[in-house]
Amino acid sequence: MSSLSIRNIKKSFGNTHILKGINLSIEAGQFLTLVGPSGCGKSTLLNIIAGLESPTSGEILIGDRNVNKLSPKDRDIAMVFQSYALYPNMNVRKNILFGLEIRKVPKAEQEEAVQRIARMLQIEALLDRKPAQLSGGQRQRVAMGRALARDPKLFLFDEPLSNLDAKLRVSMRAEIKQLHQRLKTTIVYVTHDQIEAMTLGDRIAVLNGGEVQQFGSPDEIYNDPANRFVADFIGSPPMNFIPCEVVGSPSQGFGVKMNHEFGDFVLETGGDLKPWLGKHVVLGIRPEQITHVVSSRLQERGVSGHACPVHLCEPTGPDTLVTTSLNQTKVLARVRPDSAGTPGQTMDMMFDMTKAVFFDPDSGERLRFHLSQAA
Amino acid sequence: MAETTLDGKRSPLARALVYGPLILFAAYFLLPLVVMLLTSIKSMAEINSGNLLSLPTAPTLEPWRKAWSEMSGYFLNSFIIVVPAVAISTAIGAFNGFVLTKWRFRGSELLFGMLLVGCFIPFQVILLPMARLLGQLGLAGTSGGLIFVHVVYGLAFTTLFFRNFYVALPDELVKAARIDGAGFFTIFWRIILPLSGPIIVVCVIWQFTQIWNDFLFGVVYSSSESRPITVALNNVVNTTTTAKEYNVNMAAALLAAAPTLVVYVLAGKHFVAGLTAGAVKG
Ligand SMILES: Nc1ncnc2c1ncn2[C@@H]1O[C@H](COP(=O)(O)OP(=O)(O)OP(=O)(O)O)[C@@H](O)[C@H]1O
Ligand SMILES: [Mg+2]
Repeated sequence: MSSLSIRNIKKSFGNTHILKGINLSIEAGQFLTLVGPSGCGKSTLLNIIAGLESPTSGEILIGDRNVNKLSPKDRDIAMVFQSYALYPNMNVRKNILFGLEIRKVPKAEQEEAVQRIARMLQIEALLDRKPAQLSGGQRQRVAMGRALARDPKLFLFDEPLSNLDAKLRVSMRAEIKQLHQRLKTTIVYVTHDQIEAMTLGDRIAVLNGGEVQQFGSPDEIYNDPANRFVADFIGSPPMNFIPCEVVGSPSQGFGVKMNHEFGDFVLETGGDLKPWLGKHVVLGIRPEQITHVVSSRLQERGVSGHACPVHLCEPTGPDTLVTTSLNQTKVLARVRPDSAGTPGQTMDMMFDMTKAVFFDPDSGERLRFHLSQAA
Repeated sequence: MAETTLDGKRSPLARALVYGPLILFAAYFLLPLVVMLLTSIKSMAEINSGNLLSLPTAPTLEPWRKAWSEMSGYFLNSFIIVVPAVAISTAIGAFNGFVLTKWRFRGSELLFGMLLVGCFIPFQVILLPMARLLGQLGLAGTSGGLIFVHVVYGLAFTTLFFRNFYVALPDELVKAARIDGAGFFTIFWRIILPLSGPIIVVCVIWQFTQIWNDFLFGVVYSSSESRPITVALNNVVNTTTTAKEYNVNMAAALLAAAPTLVVYVLAGKHFVAGLTAGAVKG
């Protein structure tokens, strides 16, 4: 049973097409994150799911029921807004209960709900305060409490953490994840923060320019990106994109040519790159796949060590980010702090090509290859 | 630039430079009021002999008593017109502002633009057509007719006030309430109106002053029973049958001005706060 289906949703304001045919579907209890750069239409899509805006065409199904014609209040949803949108004139208790009161839920049940939520979100002491007397994190909790009060089929979150400072954001993120594990409700969560998207979502939809770039599990999105946009957007620091020429032969295996100011080398690939032999592709390789040399791993297939010039070292604590340059492109490597080289000299770096991906240099689409027959 | 110390206080010299002219200006503006007050408690004999600014030798409340006996009926007339007109125009303004900002519809911007034009129409332009309309509605010469005129004429302003205030309220407040299940009127009544305190004060003061001080509509559309105080004041002052009683005239003028003064003194602080109030936090 699917709990939410978005079928070919389009939205235009006059001649500007904001959403260009969105198709997504998740099962009951799943956590879907919608992630994408600012202005890509995330909030618009969420508002359409909520019924606050109507799509130009397409259908929304919540629990197998077409809700296109239903008003927001009849869709059995709750929503948490980026600005929290707490009612400034009501105290926390009234904020939480407003929805129940409007729906004429009996007083005893209301009281029970407010106690349950206050306990769950640890806001018992705040019930009589006005929103203006709360800190950002407390407001955020109250906004969640208001959404939780009605026990709806579907929760919608529109960037609920983006107004919090970095530390609070991390802890609230964990709390939201725990809450979801406990309550097992279906959630659609909008964010422009790729780390939030990765950590929270069972399923991630990467949006750009009003289109779904990729829809999949966090693992698929991270390791098997559909195109260069997704590969670039997800991951921090982002994936390295190195334009390079394909060399080799079907019998010897294929590789891509790298050069820097002190020489050149070939990175062997496991794929059958024959159609691209002699042409240029873009190699996508994440910083953590370029590391210091671990000699025991050099025997593994697709792993090789090469000396590369060090341009810059940025210690982050657990790792040091080393900047080098290959094919006139800045390349980041993530190495153990004590093996980081000295700027101006070279250091040996180990390239793990097993998770490397290739993109069409013009379209940015992913190039997929069969595994090569050769050794 | 005046020197400022760390805690933001100005040096005594700079303060004198700022406050000196201010006090002078204030005195200049208050002088007519002082003259009126002084004159209103002098007898006619003293007025005819003495100088304008001299203090009364034998203060008397007799002019006030006389003024009140002539004006009290019209005082009430004015209230009968002003209170409903202010209430209705403010209420409709709030409602319009809500619809124009939080419940938009096709053409709502155009409608607002047309309403704005209403702010720039001079009183004189609508005198004749309005007289015709009031006649057709059977409201000519009644307090109801004057209320109607003031409500219609005030709508453009009250709508503008409320629209500009509501535009700063976050739309998400309304969205949240809609998801919570609240309808149009519930949202207006339970969410929007409770946040409107500052702008209601502004609107009420503005409308009260405008309508209370109105002379033109009052003189054109009222009959002898519905005459507002401004018109009555004019009649008292311009009466030709007896010699001019300046002391009574002054007392009458002060009586006519008193309610607006009282409103400003009581709510002036909120008026300024309301004019500058921005979005509600939180
Ligand atoms: N009423 C409207 N009329 C015209 N264009 C609109 C309207 N509402 C939104 N847009 C446009 O639609 C696009 C998507 O807006 P949306 O708010 O969905 O972006 P978003 O992905 O949520 O961005 P952010 O991360 O900044 O919140 C934007 O380019 C915006 O300018
Ligand atoms: Mg948004």
